[in-house]
Amino acid sequence: MAADLHNKPDSVRGARASKAPWKQQAESYFKHHRKVAQDSARRMWRNPVASLMTWAVMGVALALPVALLLLLASIDGVSTGWESRARVTAYLDMGISLETAQRLAEEIGSDGRIDEVILVDRDQALEEFRASSGLEDALDYLEENPLPHTLLVTPRDQVRSTEGVQGLVRFIEGMDEVAQVQVDLGWLQRLNAITELLARAVWALSLLLAAAVVLVIGNTVRLAIESRRDEILVAKLVGGTDAFVRRPFLYTGAWFGLGGGVVAWVLLELALWWLSGPIERLAGLYHSDFGLTGLSLDGAAALIIIAMLLGWLGAWVAVKRHLDEIEPGEIAGA
Amino acid sequence: MIEFRQVTKRYDSDHTALRQVNFSLDRGELAFLTGHSGAGKSTLLKLVMVMERPSAGEVVVGGQVLNRLPRRQIPYIRRHIGVVFQNHQLLFDRTVYDNVAMPLEVVGASPRDMGRRVRAALDKVGLLSKEKMNPMQLSGGEQQRVGIARAVVNKPPVLLADEPTGNLDPELSADIMTLFGQFSQVGVTVLIATHDIALIQAMERRTLVLDHGRLVSGGTPLVGGAGGR
Repeated sequence: MAADLHNKPDSVRGARASKAPWKQQAESYFKHHRKVAQDSARRMWRNPVASLMTWAVMGVALALPVALLLLLASIDGVSTGWESRARVTAYLDMGISLETAQRLAEEIGSDGRIDEVILVDRDQALEEFRASSGLEDALDYLEENPLPHTLLVTPRDQVRSTEGVQGLVRFIEGMDEVAQVQVDLGWLQRLNAITELLARAVWALSLLLAAAVVLVIGNTVRLAIESRRDEILVAKLVGGTDAFVRRPFLYTGAWFGLGGGVVAWVLLELALWWLSGPIERLAGLYHSDFGLTGLSLDGAAALIIIAMLLGWLGAWVAVKRHLDEIEPGEIAGA
Repeated sequence: MIEFRQVTKRYDSDHTALRQVNFSLDRGELAFLTGHSGAGKSTLLKLVMVMERPSAGEVVVGGQVLNRLPRRQIPYIRRHIGVVFQNHQLLFDRTVYDNVAMPLEVVGASPRDMGRRVRAALDKVGLLSKEKMNPMQLSGGEQQRVGIARAVVNKPPVLLADEPTGNLDPELSADIMTLFGQFSQVGVTVLIATHDIALIQAMERRTLVLDHGRLVSGGTPLVGGAGGR
């Protein structure tokens, strides 16, 4: 009865018996891989709580450096954006009329080194200040607008070097109507230095956490090896090669990596969703289009693949250390 | 098929398990290996399985000298040797079928081939109807027969058995010995380590007797050899 059930597919496959042997070999090799991969995944499902915990540990360990890297990338995007538009802000004297300010804007704008001049008149500036500062009541007490007209000068690409910008600053400062010129390069440089430092710190942290992931998986796989000791012994006894014996554990490691990568991705998306509101408000206050960029689809795929590789590596370390110790010598009796 | 040339196995300075053992078993030969416990029976089997390496002398299986065999090659030798244990080493997390299929899985046999050969082996030991069961549900004799099916499913030229009837009553033991006899008739070299003197006497086959690591009878004397003194 039972034999009949198994015989049926056999007779169907019988027609393909004339296939080249190497092809058959390759086919059964891949079939074996698929079987081992499925079997490893199934074993993981059988212990959902333990597997989830491992995934969670991996997920946190992976999400942390990735989140920091994303943050750095966002900051970097902001600073390069600002640096390329290194704007010179010229505050005019208080007594200057709007017409004079417009004439001045045109004059500066006609200079060859200037790309664009925007005139922010004092009323407009006050309105913006009122809206963003939250000092409406205090501003109402002022009898007159304390803000001057302001020119926002954007240099052309050619003069974006430090010397070029400094020359431009001297030129604008030389004008009678200009009270003060401000270039926000200093804090940009500081920001760049800080992000560079942070980037290194994040990479170091990433390496440490990657090592932690490898160790966590290594330990989990070590336990798996212990629990399947008998099976390993028998496999070695009947002539299983090291690769054969290793395979299920390497897959186990890769699956743990997959789970950990997915958990990390979910954590990142959750964090992004949670932070995006406040960040938008903050960026709005700074007149910035700054926003946290999440992982792209490619990035998510890369994260998961790296997680799987780390899992595989962890399993490999454990397997290398512990599988050789299990030799069938002991079961033949003394 | 199996040949020992002046084989000595020393575990440490004061424990020598085998001393200058010489013998050779032909293709299709069935022999017993006996002796008091600690006489070196298991060591001898382990040397054939390359679980141990000799301290001196040569172990030859199927024309291959095992002493110089690189570690990587050991699995390929084991595929040609079937082993049956007293405690049968079955895995209880899978069916009888999957237990017997293990040696075929290791060599990457196609599923079609696997089904055919596993069932042939189970049929041989009379357990075809129990392929779907867990070995835990089987009696001791049946478990031992599953172990034998696993050992022969690959059609190995050499079959080793370590106390295969240790836990079985005489009737079951006789059944199992009949099975071994049948394997030797189709050309398999069978070496059975056992204490069971009654069984050995009933079978009337060649018997290698070990005593404190020396082969005291049943060896094939070589020219200038010290075996079978």
